[in-house]
Amino acid sequence: MQTTQVIQSTSRGLFCEPGGFFIDPWRPVARAVITHAHSDHARWGSQHYLAADTNRQILPVRLGSKAKIDFAPLGKPQRIGGVTVTFVPAGHILGSAQIVIEHRGEIVVVSGDYKREPDLTCQMFEPVRCHTFVTESTFGLPVYRWPDPRAVFKQINDWWRQNQKTGKASVLLAYALGKAQRLLAGIDSTLGPIYTHGAVEKLNAAYRESGIALPDTIYASNLEKGTDFSQALIIAPPSTLGTPWIRRFGKISTGMASGWMQIRGTRRRRSMDRGFILSDHVDWKSLLQTIEETAAESIWVTHGYSDIVVRHLQEQGMHAKVLETEFTGESLDGETASSTEEPA
Amino acid sequence: MIEFSNLYWQLDSTNKTNEKVAALRDYLALAAADDAIWAIHFLVGRRLKRLVGVRMLAAWATEQVDLSTWMFEECYQRVGDLAETISLILPPAATATPLPLADLIHNHLLPMQSMSEPEKRTTVLNLWSRFDQPQLFVLGKLMTGGFRVGVSKKLVTRAIGEQFEIDGATIAHRLMGDWEPTESFYSRLTSQDDGEAEVSKPYPFFLANPNKDHPSQLGNFDDWSLEWKWDGIRAQVIHREDQTFIWSRGEELITEQFPDVAAAAADLPNGTVLDGELVAWDFKSARPLPFHQLQRRLGRKKVGKKLLTEVPVVLLGFDLLECNSHDVRKKSLTERQLVLTELLQTVENSSLRIPPRVAADSWESAAMQRDQSKLMRAEGLMLKRRESPYQVGRPTGDWWKWKVDPYTIDAVLIYAQRGHGRRASLYSDYTFAVWNAGELVPFAKAYSGLTDKEIRKVDAFIRKNTTERFGPVRSVTPELVFELAFENIQKSTRHKSGVAVRFPRISRWRHDKAIVDADQLSTILELIEP
Ligand SMILES: [Zn+2]
Repeated sequence: MQTTQVIQSTSRGLFCEPGGFFIDPWRPVARAVITHAHSDHARWGSQHYLAADTNRQILPVRLGSKAKIDFAPLGKPQRIGGVTVTFVPAGHILGSAQIVIEHRGEIVVVSGDYKREPDLTCQMFEPVRCHTFVTESTFGLPVYRWPDPRAVFKQINDWWRQNQKTGKASVLLAYALGKAQRLLAGIDSTLGPIYTHGAVEKLNAAYRESGIALPDTIYASNLEKGTDFSQALIIAPPSTLGTPWIRRFGKISTGMASGWMQIRGTRRRRSMDRGFILSDHVDWKSLLQTIEETAAESIWVTHGYSDIVVRHLQEQGMHAKVLETEFTGESLDGETASSTEEPA
Repeated sequence: MIEFSNLYWQLDSTNKTNEKVAALRDYLALAAADDAIWAIHFLVGRRLKRLVGVRMLAAWATEQVDLSTWMFEECYQRVGDLAETISLILPPAATATPLPLADLIHNHLLPMQSMSEPEKRTTVLNLWSRFDQPQLFVLGKLMTGGFRVGVSKKLVTRAIGEQFEIDGATIAHRLMGDWEPTESFYSRLTSQDDGEAEVSKPYPFFLANPNKDHPSQLGNFDDWSLEWKWDGIRAQVIHREDQTFIWSRGEELITEQFPDVAAAAADLPNGTVLDGELVAWDFKSARPLPFHQLQRRLGRKKVGKKLLTEVPVVLLGFDLLECNSHDVRKKSLTERQLVLTELLQTVENSSLRIPPRVAADSWESAAMQRDQSKLMRAEGLMLKRRESPYQVGRPTGDWWKWKVDPYTIDAVLIYAQRGHGRRASLYSDYTFAVWNAGELVPFAKAYSGLTDKEIRKVDAFIRKNTTERFGPVRSVTPELVFELAFENIQKSTRHKSGVAVRFPRISRWRHDKAIVDADQLSTILELIEP
């Protein structure tokens, strides 16, 4: 079979020539179509952006208020140059969308990041039948198998309760955009007060403005001296660990919610008191299932264990290739996923 | 098995002693006797004989989930542990089946020892279908004899003691030697103290203070007895009712680690307790072997014949605490040592020795002898008042250690930073801490003193045990103890510890010491010249 001519890999990112736009470009371009607001996908500096309208509140937080962004409703085809573009929910975080490109009967789907588990803060992933499917592979190894998120939320609630008994504040470390809000929506907020780091609170506001229901949170800044945190849950980005910011909470237990917590060595290296396996990316099983559901003839693999996934798909007789990217997917440490400090 | 697996993961997720003890106690409180004793069996480091190789398990698992071999290897490379990789690729049971630990061992694992390979495979596949991932991990470790969890025998002993309100020394005594993990042993282990451990009980050690002044300040030379300060392991050797026990200063029973000394001690009359130093001995030159030789003997479950010949250990006995079943600690040092010398001469076993004497007849010649310490492989001199009874703890006045310069202290590694030049890729700049009021306080930085091989080992430890990062500095789990040497020490208001040291360097890695053995800040403050 022939490789598609609709999209191509360039030094600035994935380019759709007949449409005249780039998808999630990592260098400034004239026209960028964005899958979601994470900083390894929505890069600053392009002249014009297009994104799904569920991003209306959060994307400006990321790209700055001066960025020129157009929004299109989910599911509604847009004519751009010689192609039709449709945003379809990707289930990764609020606003995340697959980009479906149709060109003379040929369909190409660029998934961005995605997951298949339910998430109260965003719409479920919808598989789209296509000719070429561009998939992420952040957790594209058979050792990644997500537990039922409900069980994970129960673990988090139990941990919080246990800490309350021993008078420790529960510090839960998570990505400020997406994971933090998913946690807020999923935990039992009746257990105690919830404090947030500024980076999280800013995005909470954007989520609430987007109509996503989140429990009440208190921005942990300028708090009265002597505030008792022993019953509290604190949600903060991983980069705060070991900084003076975190010392204000006194005796703490630390937990981290991430897919990387599946591996014992990674958990121990982080020396978190608890690791909770909760990811906004597909695990191995869902990755293969999704590929099957798209019925694509050609699979392009990016962001993660691309080589391994490609080799596996080829062994299964599929046409698959690696799509190079400057980024390596969700890193442990922060929002800029270009850091490869903990590659596994 | 579910409970045991939960216990494993609880122990694995904390490095706080109190939380570990609490987890162990919670487990013991609820566990059935036959499960509990197997749990103790594994926790104190005993293993099942290997039932099946981990590579064999990997092959069966890979086949079972229809994975390519290369894919398994890719996974293993990222996970870093075979048993864990296997547990992750296997599909978890929807709901884990309750299977008591003892049941698992008696009815599934032990029978494997006499099975053919296909039979083993069937057994293993059946077991795999019954557990979830965390349990599969623990199961894999049990089957392959690789079960290891961060608790010491001492900690397990303490938890059992606290849970059943029995003296820790009694539990340690009961856990000695060979025992079978049976219900009846468990009921004996946890039965109320009937005094049977009295026979093994050591006396509290008498410890010396550092001597800061010229010893002529101590008064008349003739009132003092001089000994070499040996560089080994302080120990009490007990022989009572035809049984022998060796205790370290850390109150750990180390009898099994020193079969040579234990055998010699069996020749002592019943009702004898000696205090002394265990050292690796060079019979030819009648002095200890370098300390790193002794280190080869430490931390082993079984000491092989070869090692016993290459690194013979002896006890240099310097005090007698019990004689003919009488506590003689109130007698003067002179009297005690007189009896001790007679006793050791009659035993005539080369593994129990009277230490080489210090030939000095004045403080001046003592000072000259002290300068020769290195030749004797000693750290300096001990100055002991001849009239002194054997006391408890570290009272001042009667026992002094007069170490050779430079000063040395034992400190704990707490922070690390990358080195420079040749070592830029390695964490080779360290910050060390000592104890103050139950807390580790940073005390000195040191860059040199380790071999390249040691630096690489410490580097690997640091990477695995980083708890926090502040810029280029990593904070590491306090676990490694090093002896630091320095030229001088002064009070300082700029340092958190209140002291500043000159030219600190690492004199050696104390593999034999745990962080509780590191020095107290108060000991260091005493070193400061007035
Ligand atoms: Zn993302």
